[in-house]
Amino acid sequence: MTLTIDRLAPWIFTLGLFAIWEAACRLFNIDQFILPAPSVIVEAMVRYYKPLLRNGFVTLWTTLAGFGLAVSFGLALGLLVGWSRTIYRGLYPVMIGFNSIPKVAVVPILVVWFGIGEVPAIITAFLISFFPIVVNVATGLATIEPEMEDVLRALGANKLDIMLKVGIPRAMPYFFGSLKIAITLAFVGSVVSETIASNAGLGFLMTQAGSNFQMPLVFAGLMALAIEGIAMYAVFAALERRMTGWAVRSSQSAAG
Amino acid sequence: MIRLEAITLAYPTRHGDVVAVRDLSLDVKRGEFAAVVGPSGCGKSTLMKLVTGLVKPTKGRVVVDNHTVNGPLKIAGMAFQNANMLPWRSVLDNVLLPLEIVEPFRSQFRQKRASYVERAEALLTSVGLSGFSHRYPWEMSGGMQQRASLCRALIHEPALLMLDEPFAALDAFTREELWCVLRDMWQRLQFTVVLVTHDLREAAFLADHIHVMSARPGRVIKTKHVAFEKPRDLDVCYTPPFVDLVHELRQDIAEVRTS
Ligand SMILES: Nc1ncnc2c1ncn2[C@@H]1O[C@H](COP(=O)(O)OP(=O)(O)OP(=O)(O)O)[C@@H](O)[C@H]1O
Ligand SMILES: [Mg+2]
Repeated sequence: MTLTIDRLAPWIFTLGLFAIWEAACRLFNIDQFILPAPSVIVEAMVRYYKPLLRNGFVTLWTTLAGFGLAVSFGLALGLLVGWSRTIYRGLYPVMIGFNSIPKVAVVPILVVWFGIGEVPAIITAFLISFFPIVVNVATGLATIEPEMEDVLRALGANKLDIMLKVGIPRAMPYFFGSLKIAITLAFVGSVVSETIASNAGLGFLMTQAGSNFQMPLVFAGLMALAIEGIAMYAVFAALERRMTGWAVRSSQSAAG
Repeated sequence: MIRLEAITLAYPTRHGDVVAVRDLSLDVKRGEFAAVVGPSGCGKSTLMKLVTGLVKPTKGRVVVDNHTVNGPLKIAGMAFQNANMLPWRSVLDNVLLPLEIVEPFRSQFRQKRASYVERAEALLTSVGLSGFSHRYPWEMSGGMQQRASLCRALIHEPALLMLDEPFAALDAFTREELWCVLRDMWQRLQFTVVLVTHDLREAAFLADHIHVMSARPGRVIKTKHVAFEKPRDLDVCYTPPFVDLVHELRQDIAEVRTS
């Protein structure tokens, strides 16, 4: 009983939100150019499904391409940083500095380098999403229990053994956990870049629609983005559960 | 087997060096069961790390097996207060871990896996964990994990077993049970043991020699031979000589704590 309510809760809340939104728009007679009602947005989504699909696809693949780069690069850098304290110390300030740069500011540079189009979007998505992966992987490696390390070293294990047997497996939950965050950030990156410098993608579509005062289409674009974002998040949340179920279950165990 | 020759060890810290042990000397013969007791913070865990070569002495020399220790030993089995099981491995795979690292098992691991598994299962059975090998550590109680941890420390039949308060987190009954498990294993396999403990009864029940350490900077101030006949039964803990011995150790430690 409570289980079904638990499972239905997200749907109930989402539908409730839309219902309130719809009711508010009708009740207060809100101008479509300010805030279109959900029904109007859905209508726009149906009417413009072709451009939405086409641009939505562009956004999805640029995001995934940037995310893919971020995963490979982030994993590699994370392993490197987690491997040695010296590298960690050396790279830490650089990474912090890099991460604190708003990535919007980088887009114009990328445009100069690569021209308008999908490449800047991919790179922005990459730049914005690799950081959490690096930090998480490095944390997983750096927090090996010292006693476990002692046990292995007293057996003659070298650094590589310790990394392979303990470090990397134990960093996996951190890694898969960071993918959820990274994919969401990757969307932010690609859409920001599309808004500024692109001729395709949902960001581009929304800027265009905005300058033509087609507010329902702008919101339809937003909706498409939300759908893509939620879908990808769900994919990586499911992957996380699949790959590292032991981490969840062991943290819930009685003996600790 | 083990000889510590006037060891001094200082840990460098932000507030200057902390001298953990000073002039620490210790002798443990091959096949002997040595217990180390002493007040908290006196350097018992440090002693373990010195013997296994995980830290280098600032002064003095560590000799194990007639060789001066210059780096990690490569042969010692270790177990701590925490079982330190890897949660993504089954109990069996946890126990097999040393064989994936120590030569000559390491290079034969693939071919001989079946026989290694058999060996691990036999060891698990001897500590009362038969049928649990495919469970995960987090599906077991603390006492069961600690048994598995002992198996992991012994699977490669090390000449030296180092135990740092392995039973400290267990309830009294489980602890006495595991004393007997350890006693039987030691009687059977004849390895050398260094056991650090806070439990004086534990030391008196299991050990051949009990080394009492002073407060930090720690050194061995007294070595007590335990003469009770072996293998010992738990009943020995209730005999007057045993109680006297524990009492004496207690007083020694109380003294070094206040001095
Ligand atoms: N890595 C370290 N850096 C600095 N000081 C340390 C370090 N490890 C231990 N010490 C200090 O050395 C002393 C001895 O520590 P050790 O852990 O060997 O004590 P212990 O006898 O095992 O204590 P306990 O009975 O509480 O486990 C302590 O005073 C501790 O503060
Ligand atoms: Mg200690």
